[in-house]
Amino acid sequence: MLRRYGSGLTLLICLLVAFWLLMLVIVPNITLFEQSFRPYLPVTEIGGPRDVYSLDNFLKVFNGDTQITLFGRSFAIPVHVLTFALTILYSILVTLICFALAYPLAYYMAKIVNPKTLPTLLLLLFIPLWVSEVLRAFAWWIILALKGPLNSLLLFTGVIDKPVRWIVDYNGVVIGLVYTYVLFMLFPIYNAVQSLDTNQIEAAEDLGAPWWKIHLKIVMPHAKPGIASGAVMVFMLSAGSLLVPSILGSTTSQWFTQTIDQWFKDALDWNTASAYALLLLILCTVFVSLAMWLFKVKLSDIAK
Amino acid sequence: MSAGIQLDDVCCDFGSFRAVDHATVDIKPGEFFSFLGPSGCGKTTILRMISGFIEPTSGVIRIGGQDVKGKRPNQRPTALIFQNLALFPLMPIWENIAFGLEMRGVDKAARRAKAEELLRLVDLPGAADKMVSQLSGGQKQRVAIARALAVEPSVMLLDEPLSALDLKLRQHMRAELRAIQKRTGVTFIYITHDQGEALAMSDRVGVMSQGRIQQIADPREIYNNPVNGFVASFVGENNIIDGTAGPAAGGLAGFDTALGGLRARISPEALGRPVKLYVRPEHTILTEAPGPENAVPVTVTEVSFEGAFISVLTQTETGKVLAAEIRNDGSATVPAIGAKLYASFSAERAALLPDATVRG
Ligand SMILES: Nc1ncnc2c1ncn2[C@@H]1O[C@H](COP(=O)(O)OP(=O)(O)O)[C@@H](O)[C@H]1O
Ligand SMILES: [Mg+2]
Repeated sequence: MLRRYGSGLTLLICLLVAFWLLMLVIVPNITLFEQSFRPYLPVTEIGGPRDVYSLDNFLKVFNGDTQITLFGRSFAIPVHVLTFALTILYSILVTLICFALAYPLAYYMAKIVNPKTLPTLLLLLFIPLWVSEVLRAFAWWIILALKGPLNSLLLFTGVIDKPVRWIVDYNGVVIGLVYTYVLFMLFPIYNAVQSLDTNQIEAAEDLGAPWWKIHLKIVMPHAKPGIASGAVMVFMLSAGSLLVPSILGSTTSQWFTQTIDQWFKDALDWNTASAYALLLLILCTVFVSLAMWLFKVKLSDIAK
Repeated sequence: MSAGIQLDDVCCDFGSFRAVDHATVDIKPGEFFSFLGPSGCGKTTILRMISGFIEPTSGVIRIGGQDVKGKRPNQRPTALIFQNLALFPLMPIWENIAFGLEMRGVDKAARRAKAEELLRLVDLPGAADKMVSQLSGGQKQRVAIARALAVEPSVMLLDEPLSALDLKLRQHMRAELRAIQKRTGVTFIYITHDQGEALAMSDRVGVMSQGRIQQIADPREIYNNPVNGFVASFVGENNIIDGTAGPAAGGLAGFDTALGGLRARISPEALGRPVKLYVRPEHTILTEAPGPENAVPVTVTEVSFEGAFISVLTQTETGKVLAAEIRNDGSATVPAIGAKLYASFSAERAALLPDATVRG
């Protein structure tokens, strides 16, 4: 780089990168990190005797119980813990649905489709990305509305005889998240499957494997790093998404990011908000690491 | 258990391009049959049609007497060894070999035992738990053979399996493959562009050019009596001389050339067609005095001592290059460069052959 750009420009680029990393990534995060351990105090008391480090902000997730019924038994569970659990659960569901949609399509694109039509296919997949995420979420909101086009179509074709309320519970959120993040699953899998030697698929078939065993024993193990990185991305992005749950959520849905957002904006308690954000990050990371350990995926596989 | 294979007037088109053109061949059970031809002549396509990856455009393929039309590769009693082997890199060797058995629902202990047994057969004991990446080229080759043999196919299909190996290993594996074939009695259909390989290993050879099978015969017949110019020049070296054939009598015909009148064998099929004269260098004799027939005065231009024989290049007065090979029996004299000699050959050893049969 030094030889290509000369010392002045090289220094400038290095400084800009350093600035970017330091001021826009490291400093804000460290600030949040530090804030999360301090209590939320009136301005006059900041730096005063009550301003000490503690885990109180984190422990707030255990405040305020709610009742849920599971397997016919009733439990008391802290509201925010429930929200967190549901966020994780539905993020897993989103990840699974994305995989179920993306894997066949990725396989089709990598191994079956005529290479000449592939660019057209890719273009079709990318076009929705040109529209902003907000608009896309609203589009789904319109599609799924009680008097929206989906219900009209289904009523018209006689599949249903009265309009269905689609956006109940987490339905809208799941649909919106799947739609928003499915490509993050598609491309890593596509890349992984594409690098598989087609002869291996044929060899397996020649040795008597039915199609589903070819996928289970040959294609999926080969694509595992791609599947893993797709799953990690979709899961993390879903769990961390605020926009889609806000727009496509129902009265009974609450995403953990919305709780964080409420601490920031409604309660103006940045300290607790920071603590919750940190909690989400840590627990998601732990969860992902656990899943990777369970499926024997190495970090170096994903980074490929 | 081995099965015969019949191709009955099989064609295979890719769009408007005809990759296999009216192929008819009857391969017997337990035979070692090779398809020999230059790259792109349709050998792999034939193999893929037999294994079921491609359906022929027209014609019938029978395995063990049964028409296999519409049968998928996993329903055919064939096992294909791919040009690049296509071993499964994520499985240890023994699972690679036992993959076909696993697909047939054989239990793990039996699979393992069978894999070990096959590893002994291909002379690789102790490799069961290694990974594919830990093996050398020749060892991978053996694993691929073992993996195919594990499903006890009636027919083994091998697509240039030795082409990735170095010369020495290739020669060793030739003998090995042949021995495995003899031991198992399975029909082998072997594809190669290496004439030495085809001649050394096969019971019979089918020589192909541009999608057509030019000649099917045992290796000696292919080498000694090629049916046309393509087979003659693809299998072994030749001096090729242009000219026009005169009337034939007793299987021989006169041949008018720029080098003078020559005589050579001619087959009934070649009569009346444009032909060239083909004679092998080892049948071309160099003498000081003109030989009894087909003697052409030449000047020696290049001599190379190859050990078992001496290869000599000569030039006729018209500038035509003729090659000769002198067998080194221990007392053979090496001609000097520039020496004026006569190149001659017996009419029985030279053939007047038409060009290849091509699509039309
Ligand atoms: N799937 C295909 N589509 C179009 N052309 C093909 C296809 N497979 C092979 N060919 C063509 O058919 C001819 C024969 O190919 P192949 O059987 O692979 O030859 P070989 O194995 O003798 O080298 C080649 O010219 C090749 O380009
Ligand atoms: Mg080939």
